[in-house]
Amino acid sequence: MDEEYDAIVLGTGLTECILSGLLSVDGKKVLHMDRNDYYGGESASLNLTQLYRKFRPDATAPTDIGRDRDYALDQIPKFIFASGGMTDLLVHTDVTRYLEFKQISGSYVYRDGKVNKVPSTEMEALRSPLMGLFEKRRARNFFVYVQNWREDDPATHQGLDLKKVPMKDVYAKFGLEPGTQDFIGHAMALYLHDEYKEQPAKETVLRIVQYSQSMARYGKSPYIYPMYGLGELPQAFSRLSAVYGGTYMLDKHVDEVLTDPATGKFIGVRSGEETVKAKLVIGDPSYFGAGEMKEGQKVRVMEEGMVVRAICILKHPIPGTEDVDSLQIIIPQNQVNRQNDIYIALLSHHQGVCAQGVYVAIVSTVVETSVPEKELAPGLALLGPIFDKFVQVSPLYTPTTTGVEDQIFITRSYDATSHLETVVADVRDVWQRVTGEPLKLEKKVVEVQE
Amino acid sequence: MSKQFQFKLVLLGESAVGKSSLVLRFVKDQFDDYRESTIGAAFLTQTVQLEDGTTVKFEIWDTAGQERYKSLAPMYYRSAACAICVYDITQSASLEKAKSWIRELQRQADPSIVIALCGNKSDLAARRQVSQEEAQKFAEEEGLMWCETSAKTGEGVNEIFDRIAHKLPEVAPLQAQRGTAAAKPAGARSVDLNKGPAGPGTPESCNC
Repeated sequence: MDEEYDAIVLGTGLTECILSGLLSVDGKKVLHMDRNDYYGGESASLNLTQLYRKFRPDATAPTDIGRDRDYALDQIPKFIFASGGMTDLLVHTDVTRYLEFKQISGSYVYRDGKVNKVPSTEMEALRSPLMGLFEKRRARNFFVYVQNWREDDPATHQGLDLKKVPMKDVYAKFGLEPGTQDFIGHAMALYLHDEYKEQPAKETVLRIVQYSQSMARYGKSPYIYPMYGLGELPQAFSRLSAVYGGTYMLDKHVDEVLTDPATGKFIGVRSGEETVKAKLVIGDPSYFGAGEMKEGQKVRVMEEGMVVRAICILKHPIPGTEDVDSLQIIIPQNQVNRQNDIYIALLSHHQGVCAQGVYVAIVSTVVETSVPEKELAPGLALLGPIFDKFVQVSPLYTPTTTGVEDQIFITRSYDATSHLETVVADVRDVWQRVTGEPLKLEKKVVEVQE
Repeated sequence: MSKQFQFKLVLLGESAVGKSSLVLRFVKDQFDDYRESTIGAAFLTQTVQLEDGTTVKFEIWDTAGQERYKSLAPMYYRSAACAICVYDITQSASLEKAKSWIRELQRQADPSIVIALCGNKSDLAARRQVSQEEAQKFAEEEGLMWCETSAKTGEGVNEIFDRIAHKLPEVAPLQAQRGTAAAKPAGARSVDLNKGPAGPGTPESCNC
């Protein structure tokens, strides 16, 4: 470990592995370390043994729900937009060659005690019980407007400057009912709460377009998912990094991040007696004091809320969903008197994440009270009998500074959104902070040698 | 039409036993005494033609150095139909390491995986620390193929890939096209991100 590197990356979560891969491809000499003996950190998919080690260290994993190796249980429930920033990254880095993707079979929204398909085509919208006849007509006008809207073409704006006009005014112009606003804002634009209505409408419109384009790409839902769990993604990007010369060390404890006492700038990291130097460090919050601050340690991350997630093992599909093998259900906050939506993500053995006959539902939401698990109740109630349940409350950390001054660049925790677009945003943000330039995805980087 | 198979082959073994060199000899018939590991190659491919016209295409995955600090990702073994575990006949410790990789494969990989144990650097027989008898005995006990090779001279290299190519279609007759050893769950079709929109509509035609 006595060599000097361009960059040390701490933690092999998805965000860190993408950045490590991109830096290695860019010709940087990267050392990538993780305290765990497996890849993925918080974004790892766990087998039963690993799940029990984490949630019930004193119990042994059950043997009556299939083989240990059949399981790859995500801790962070997220899907990939079929047409979005993550698919761009996957295609441009060519890590798709290491992965296999499946469609998520359905996208649902909760309304008035029932679960309904989110309409995304004209046919589905016309059949959907979510809207009455006249409302369908108004919604149609709204979607036509959104589809035709071009920022640089005022003729498509119909007198609304979406960069200034709040979304609530756009809804008002088309006369959309609150219930319709709920499924558009929460099930299509995927906002977690209602603050977006006060914000300029452009962002919402772009999100609806992204949803529709993703929906149109493969049909059944806007999402795709990697076979064998989300934890395959960090592994694939770590291979990209390694193929381009990145050095990997798992099971390596990081004892100290060393800085120059005079300037405060990053020098290197210490692991036991060994010290390794680099120009900069990138890492997840857990390597910079998140959770447990040591005395005298500089405050580098702060908590900005908490997410509660329940991994539920089921032996049946979710009632009322046409028994699909995978889905998302969104419970908009208004529907259950909350400030934040509740999400349900369902997967099964079709995605290679559990044994045959088993379904895995993860119910999650942003914590609003002192009894987080109770907040999940409306979601849990939709699942039918729950065979087993593993609940975790995770604080969300964000860095206190950009890191440019001390060359210590910290990524963000995985948030409550149901997709990976915020991870891509974080990757782009950190890349910009590290290199001073926006991330450009211009060419495919990995060649197969024939 | 003659049969075509494609199989994922993974290389395992301690650093510096000559894994990359073996592949380079097999794929490009080259050797370089001081070569660094291949930068930028996701994997290499090479096709072996059998006597009956069957073609077996290998998709060969090198460790990209991730084995060095015990940091090989489980994804690496995923869907591998065959593995070559390489040791250096002049380093007895490297055979022990190969054995531990074989145990890892037996634990993690698909049960039908074909494993070959390969003693490389046979051109350095004067400095031999691992006897042929010892390695062969272990291979027989574990039901593995065994051979000695020299990536430097080329001795034994094509032969071992040939033997694997002959064995694979026998053990995996159903993996006709793009063969992967792991049985894929039926159900939802896979999607190809490298292809353009293929859904029922284009972005312009949906969303009403």
